[in-house]
Amino acid sequence: MTEPLLEARNIYKRFGGVHALENVTFRLDAGEVVALAGDNGAGKSTLIKIISGVFPPDEGELRYQGEPVALGNPQDARRRGIETIYQDLALADNLDVGANIFLGREPMRRVFGVPVMDRRRMRAEAAHALEALDIGLDRLDRPVRALSGGQRQCIAIGRAIHWNARVLIMDEPTAALGVPEQRRVIALIRSLKLSGVGVIFISHNLADIFDVSDRIVVLRRGVNVGERPTREANADEIVRLMVGG
Amino acid sequence: MSVAMAEVAKPRHAAWSAWLAAGRAWLFLGALVIGFELWSRLSFGATFIFNASNVRSIAVFATAPLLLAIGQTFVIISGGIDLSVGFTMGLAAVVASQVMNGTSGTLGDFGSLLAGVAAAGLVAVVPGVVNGLLIARLRVPPFIGTLGMYGVARGVAYLVAGGTTVPVDNRILSFLGNGTIGAVPVVVLVTALAMLGLHYLLSQTRFGQYVYAIGGSRQASLRAGIDVGGVTVRLYILSALSAAVGGVLYAGRFSAGAAQAGEPLLLDSIAAVVIGGASLFGGSGTLVGTLIGALIVAVIQYGLVFINVEPFWQFVAVGVVIIISVLVDQSQRKSGGRVDD
Repeated sequence: MTEPLLEARNIYKRFGGVHALENVTFRLDAGEVVALAGDNGAGKSTLIKIISGVFPPDEGELRYQGEPVALGNPQDARRRGIETIYQDLALADNLDVGANIFLGREPMRRVFGVPVMDRRRMRAEAAHALEALDIGLDRLDRPVRALSGGQRQCIAIGRAIHWNARVLIMDEPTAALGVPEQRRVIALIRSLKLSGVGVIFISHNLADIFDVSDRIVVLRRGVNVGERPTREANADEIVRLMVGG
Repeated sequence: MSVAMAEVAKPRHAAWSAWLAAGRAWLFLGALVIGFELWSRLSFGATFIFNASNVRSIAVFATAPLLLAIGQTFVIISGGIDLSVGFTMGLAAVVASQVMNGTSGTLGDFGSLLAGVAAAGLVAVVPGVVNGLLIARLRVPPFIGTLGMYGVARGVAYLVAGGTTVPVDNRILSFLGNGTIGAVPVVVLVTALAMLGLHYLLSQTRFGQYVYAIGGSRQASLRAGIDVGGVTVRLYILSALSAAVGGVLYAGRFSAGAAQAGEPLLLDSIAAVVIGGASLFGGSGTLVGTLIGALIVAVIQYGLVFINVEPFWQFVAVGVVIIISVLVDQSQRKSGGRVDD
């Protein structure tokens, strides 16, 4: 078996007297979409936060690209290519698409020896990056405030990919979106898969989970209670695993 | 200018609504000038605007609030506000005067001018840094942090001045304040240079971009790895320094430093920024807009004097214009929702 892209081995996390995670093992391969399912309080977000560097596990090991890693903070995780996409927190509404994709890494050029921001290049490369992911936007010079929720989600994802994210964590990426918008995001996740990105997908929407994931991992009360290839799973079984019984 | 405008554009109608906002300010300026011109012709049979001395006076009038407004524009775009600039300006004026008086015997006019300017700059950095740290690190709301600094700078300025104005006699300084090069007053030239430099900083550099980004979304800026705290501290230092330049020029114009030099200018400078199209919610605004805003304030003030209205009406007029500008901004915000496809 090849080395997984990301692996969490025997993770324990306790908050006070509560076992948020108990001996959870989780793996993600390149080009794979893993859905993380579970009821509220199952430990999904605790696991995600450990993987994205928000806090360390009490016990257990995190391995990334074959090496053990200790993530100090979310910036650290992002630098290594593990990126979390947050609803609506990712973009500066008043800036255009190019400015958002390059935010914090603006390219400069010189005019008569004076450095100025290269807005044209930002737009051109942004257009290129979005095109590569098949994200169609008619105009890139508008503030992203003018775009729909789905388009903004796609831009946030496009930015992560443009800066070489290898693992994308998406927490309810389709929750606040209308149906056509959800399809757009789902289509994008499919194309990420093809380019070898590993995606961890958290959703309450079983239809989405079955639509896009390769494997479903079910957590219940901090324990990994089941893992099925999506092709072989059915919704009843997943729900049974989630609620127990 | 067009580049910066595109940056602040509002929902959907994006670019053109920014142009409209700028256009509105231009229209307002034009209407004011025409209004005063008509009044002046009908009442005194004299022209208001086709008079070089009036134009020069308006330009000089505009410089003092404009210098404060330059820094304030950056601060307001970032979503903050700096209420301390008026007394930072007074403090800088007083310190510059004291230092020049103390050193003119040994350093001569030029040397003591340099010493005075350096001292004014250094003393202004203190409230700038403190404001920035309060707001960036201790998360004090800008309104309260800088209001506290308003009191501190005010008290210290009066203490340094010994409770009175500090006369200063320096020929180069008074040339800066009152001289002309060709037909152009030196204060106007200095202000224009400051405008150009800071317009570049705001519209063409990463620092400027981060000011917009922080005003648009602090969270997104943090997540993009921007040093939000560092940018914020630098912003308030910039604001204090632009007030210090205003203070030195004030000392030049009146051959004296006064603690209360900038007191009435706080209102004018915020008015200039807001009339110029910057939103007090942060994320939008341009220095070109602020320039138009400062001209509007100057035309109102000078025009009212020119047509013999009691000077206290100036405060009323500028106050009303601020409130109207903010109302316009708010109503735009409410109407501007997101477009769903």
